Amino acid sequence: MAHRTKDEILHDHNHDGIDRRGFLKCMAWAGTGAFCVMQGGVLKSYSMSRLAEMNPENMKGELSFVQISDSHMGFNKPANPDVAATLQAAVDKINALSVPPEFLLHTGDISHLSKPEEFDSVEQILKSASAKDVFYVPGEHDVLNDDGKQYHERFGKGAQPGGWYSFEKKGVHFLGLVNVMNLKAGGLGTLGNEQLEWLEKDVKHLKSSTPIIVFAHIPLWTVYPEWGWGTEDSAQALAYLKKFGSVTVLNGHIHQTMQKVEGNVTFHTACSTAFPQPKPGEAPSPGPMKVPAEQLRSVLGITDVNYVAGQHALAVVDSTLA
Amino acid sequence: MRRSVFIASMIATAVLSFGGVVLEQKGFVTSAQEKPASTAEVKIDNFSFGPVAITVPVGTTVTWINRDDIPHTVVSTEKVFKSKVLDTDEKFSYTFTKAGEYPYFCSIHPKMTGKIVVQ
Repeated sequence: MAHRTKDEILHDHNHDGIDRRGFLKCMAWAGTGAFCVMQGGVLKSYSMSRLAEMNPENMKGELSFVQISDSHMGFNKPANPDVAATLQAAVDKINALSVPPEFLLHTGDISHLSKPEEFDSVEQILKSASAKDVFYVPGEHDVLNDDGKQYHERFGKGAQPGGWYSFEKKGVHFLGLVNVMNLKAGGLGTLGNEQLEWLEKDVKHLKSSTPIIVFAHIPLWTVYPEWGWGTEDSAQALAYLKKFGSVTVLNGHIHQTMQKVEGNVTFHTACSTAFPQPKPGEAPSPGPMKVPAEQLRSVLGITDVNYVAGQHALAVVDSTLA
Repeated sequence: MRRSVFIASMIATAVLSFGGVVLEQKGFVTSAQEKPASTAEVKIDNFSFGPVAITVPVGTTVTWINRDDIPHTVVSTEKVFKSKVLDTDEKFSYTFTKAGEYPYFCSIHPKMTGKIVVQ
């Protein structure tokens, strides 16, 4: 076990009853990132600046993968005039990991304007990653103008007609959900009845000891409804996952790292590989945050997740590009 | 000599005035046949529509312009009009030919809502 540091967030929510009824809301803001490891139901989170102090043995597991998010290929405004370079930097960082990830998860906003050449660029850059398989879910920027037709053609092979899907890796059940379609005026992200019904059926046969990892673009917990940072019907989805001892939810969309534990569910949001967004309510709008060029890479990141079979342990690392 | 210059300038002034009258008449003729086009503009800035609600006469063409560095859309809640995605500085116009209330929102950021009232 790594030595405890001041930045460590320790929360036992499955086993020993420490703070079980409450929830931990830890916010490892953009610029710092967080390394989280869940072992035997205990979630530990470390500031990325302290990763160097960690024993690499603690980062090892039987399954590791990397989450990247919000590449916004095609964005070219002052907040980041070269999003291709920062995505490439994320890939370089992935390739430098001591434990090569088995696959990548991309939690949406692959493109900025749903243009074919934007999708092409991302696919091209990700080809240079050590991990060859990439599992995608769409962000709202990927389904512009065509109700997601192009996204589904490119990335939706094997998925349900609506784009959602599930798969198993080493005993872990992954659920890729879509919550960016048919958004209603004044509302938040939406899963919709069809997807919820599919979800209920999909997990019904699973043992409650199966670790579940849900990934979707918009947070499945209400981060900040004033900016639309939440999903209307996520409570219903989470209700179907109540029987499971270990549920981890990975989201993007808000371009900053946030974590929260609620009951059996650990929520994480990842940084963007393109540009940071302000903390909830700390700016007039959630528009791109302009930071000095030399700081930009410290607020962009990748999330590295390790799963240790048998202990139901997940380690989540949100690493910055600096 | 001085006098002839004066006359010349008088003639020039008259010609210019005459030209001006002709132009005005053209304008008058047009406006007599169809009402002058009414226009209004809604700016999209900081993830909001401004003004958030406007009242315009029937026949008004409303133009939305995106001043954000993030793309937005303008979509009628009742599916009366729908823009393509508007990147920075791109515009969308719609002419309202019937009186009524037209709520709309950005389908990418649905917290962004606005309303056009046509009278």
